[in-house]
Amino acid sequence: MENILEISNLSKNYKDFSLKGIDIALEKGYIMGFIGPNGSGKSTTIKLMMNLIKKDSGTIKIFGLDNDQNNLAIKERIGFVYDENHFYEELTVKEMKDVISPFYRRWDESVFKQYAKDFELPLNKEIKNLSKGMKMKFSLAIALSHHAELFIMDEPTSGLDPLVRSELLEVLQSLLQDENKSIFFSTHITSDLDKIADFITLIHNGEIILSKTKDELLEEYCLVKGSKKLLSGHRPENLIGLKQNDYGFEALSSSKKEIIKQFGDSVMIEKPTLEDIMVFYTRRGERRVSSY
Amino acid sequence: MNIMISNTSDEPIYLQIVNQIKEQIVQGELEESQLLPSIRNLAKELKISVITTKRAYDELENEGFIVTVAGKGSYVAAMNKEMFRETKVKMIEEKMTEAIATAKLVGVTLEELQDMLKIIYEG
Repeated sequence: MENILEISNLSKNYKDFSLKGIDIALEKGYIMGFIGPNGSGKSTTIKLMMNLIKKDSGTIKIFGLDNDQNNLAIKERIGFVYDENHFYEELTVKEMKDVISPFYRRWDESVFKQYAKDFELPLNKEIKNLSKGMKMKFSLAIALSHHAELFIMDEPTSGLDPLVRSELLEVLQSLLQDENKSIFFSTHITSDLDKIADFITLIHNGEIILSKTKDELLEEYCLVKGSKKLLSGHRPENLIGLKQNDYGFEALSSSKKEIIKQFGDSVMIEKPTLEDIMVFYTRRGERRVSSY
Repeated sequence: MNIMISNTSDEPIYLQIVNQIKEQIVQGELEESQLLPSIRNLAKELKISVITTKRAYDELENEGFIVTVAGKGSYVAAMNKEMFRETKVKMIEEKMTEAIATAKLVGVTLEELQDMLKIIYEG
């Protein structure tokens, strides 16, 4: 299979945070969910992909081209949706579109008009007066109107209501009817991805913790709950994010089979959600958060 | 074709699709050489990932229920009903053998077994 996106050994160091040699590969025709808590490195990775900041080392290939040497050619073919508003607030939707569209050689006005109609974009309203959902839809309409092949979305659903989120997911799925298109979607709202994502990549503290198909992930992993005395004879390294309270323990395991072999039916085994997997991998050990 | 996905079921989604399509083929609701929806269209309609529907179709193809023609799509395969029935009958035989062995172990007679079967079968 042909990779539309290939990141190898990518590093970027800041004073208080670094991206530590990450690898990501995405095939044509699929959607990858890029998940991790706030501050884990999702946005830094995306900014590096978009060449908005300079990497320290590593390579990023998009459409098989190195993104340092082919910056413009690549950007033509990327549809980008950002969580923050990056438009001029004082302009109307139509004025802003007229500013952006000339940058794209393959801009397709008729496609934009269709999306504007479908999304009910108020063309003559100033951008500062649009709701958060409407701004995202405008951003999406722009991303969809220049025949892009790779869609990179940085937290597109944060702050949106469930209805708008489900509309967005529907648009993304209809994009994937074309098997040459791919979507790279970062979010900390993992329920958006529970259904439609093909691949899941989890990043934490600037490192890739896992990257595999969502189906494998949800079938191989499990949540384990049981009484604390079971832990005495067990090496806890098989248990991820082990947490104990007064009445028992709970943890995530990367191998349901292994857990069944070790504990039999003395523990409760549940199917995890993506959110469980993210939370158990990234929570801070035994420290408990409470109110004072 | 009807497919209903349960998100709370323990059965993986791809398997739910496999089983429902098989059932409809065996019951004749899906006919021989009928064209199935494309992998991508099915994923979109069911709001699930492309990889999941792809896996379901791969599985159905491996088991001989459908055939995929590159560039054209996937069709219901011929002859699979008999094949399916045969494998199921074999499965029933195996399970009956098992039940009979257990019955003999505790001295349940053939008549008792037949009565049990009748009651369970008729629900």
